[in-house]
Amino acid sequence: MSTPVAEPIARLKHPRAIRWLHWVNFPLLLVMVWSGLRIYWAEAAYAAGIGSWQWFEFFPAPLNEALGLDRRLARGLAFHFSFGWLFVINGLLYTTYLAVSGEWRHIVPDRRSLAEAPAVVLHDLHLKREAPPQGRYNAAQRLSYTIVLAMTVVIVVSGFAIYKPTQLHPLPLLFGGYQGARLVHFTMTIGIVLFFLVHLLQVARAGWSNLRGMITGYEIEPPVAAPIDADGDGDELDAALVESTDGARS
Amino acid sequence: MSGDDTHDDGDERDDRAAELRRQAQSGPAISVDEFRRRSRRSFLTGAAGFVGAGAFWRWVQTQPTDDRIPSVLRSTLETNEAIWSTVSDGRSAPEYPIERATPIQVNGRVGIREQIDVDDWTLRVEGPDGELLDELDLAALQAMPQRDLVIEHKCIEGWSSIVHWGGVRYGDFHAPYAGRIGDAEYVALATPNGEYYVGWDLDAMLHPQTLLALREHGEPLDQDHGAPLRLATPNRYGIKTIKRIGVIRYTRERPADYWAERGYDWYAGL
Repeated sequence: MSTPVAEPIARLKHPRAIRWLHWVNFPLLLVMVWSGLRIYWAEAAYAAGIGSWQWFEFFPAPLNEALGLDRRLARGLAFHFSFGWLFVINGLLYTTYLAVSGEWRHIVPDRRSLAEAPAVVLHDLHLKREAPPQGRYNAAQRLSYTIVLAMTVVIVVSGFAIYKPTQLHPLPLLFGGYQGARLVHFTMTIGIVLFFLVHLLQVARAGWSNLRGMITGYEIEPPVAAPIDADGDGDELDAALVESTDGARS
Repeated sequence: MSGDDTHDDGDERDDRAAELRRQAQSGPAISVDEFRRRSRRSFLTGAAGFVGAGAFWRWVQTQPTDDRIPSVLRSTLETNEAIWSTVSDGRSAPEYPIERATPIQVNGRVGIREQIDVDDWTLRVEGPDGELLDELDLAALQAMPQRDLVIEHKCIEGWSSIVHWGGVRYGDFHAPYAGRIGDAEYVALATPNGEYYVGWDLDAMLHPQTLLALREHGEPLDQDHGAPLRLATPNRYGIKTIKRIGVIRYTRERPADYWAERGYDWYAGL
């Protein structure tokens, strides 16, 4: 029953390709949203309200001015249609890598994820003590990572529908026409930005080891718990035994 | 029965938890010492990437400008044009029943701020060496074969509307000059006062949906919409559909374009 004492090890969590593509995507996404908002400024069509009474407006004038988004449509378009290619290429590489390497298995929800996700959220909100069993990612992560990937596909396809509605006809019809594609494109932007904000919050909560994992690829695993009870009698003093053995060896 | 189900469910749950654990620990493991070495390398790479990205961004921002945008972005727009004009330009946009058309909003007034008398208006048609090929009045254009075109007009600002245009297909208009323009591949169009001007590829002008419009909604164009003659098409942004055309000139060189000189894409193809 006595297993050799395991030393802490570091285990690969994020393969190099994923790390690179993840970090390259971050500034590209920022440039796309920033230049996209300069385009949106020129025809800020979306707001909520009834009749002439408007209670909510995306990007009101003072915010646009503060962020330098106003009166820069030409530059917005030039950046959007240049960096868009890099964003698409990076996304294609990422998706291809996920598919070919089998890494998708960690991310795509399994048949239980949907049922377990609410429990994960409750656990994260400290409203539930136990978290459901998880693999590399928990059920809520799997769902949200997959949804944000799907939204990225939709934002790219609707983007092309807006970019070349005649040349890519009938692509805009997928979204109910040219203006439909614009609405979908904008909605996906808001959705992806919301994902990004929650992502930042969760990364902050998860702590340094988790964030470092996305940079180095590895996360340190504590020594396996089982061998602590080295002599199998369930005595708590085993821990001291382990310590001393370990110390003697080194 | 139900007891067995519960039992199976329990097994299944345990199996799943074990499988998930296995999945989470499927990656290769290294010692902590090795981890420290690799971490240092990763952080250095990360820092270099960060600096590199910052330098690239600065490089883009500090480029000399080419018609008001950084020249590297101007080059990408031209690459984009090369791609799209090769791959899929020349296709046609959908057309709509007349009932779906609505009056188009007035947007640009550059070059048409002063009212003109459309009875005094003439259209000059010039060849690539500046020679006058023709000078036409409104009656001459009205005598040409007339077409209706109900299409979605798209402004580069983002709005669009379905508009019912009426007028002469550019291809029909062009036919008498086809043999007299040599190797000209472009068309330059300008308002009578020269304040607004656009450049077009001849191929795009000859697309069956490029119309020299005399009417909107069945009525002669009003002054704000470019009376008496403007361009209409669903296949280029509205900035290319010049109002109150005074001169049409065939050219060998790519013509100047009012909005392209102000940071926009010359091609503006949809």
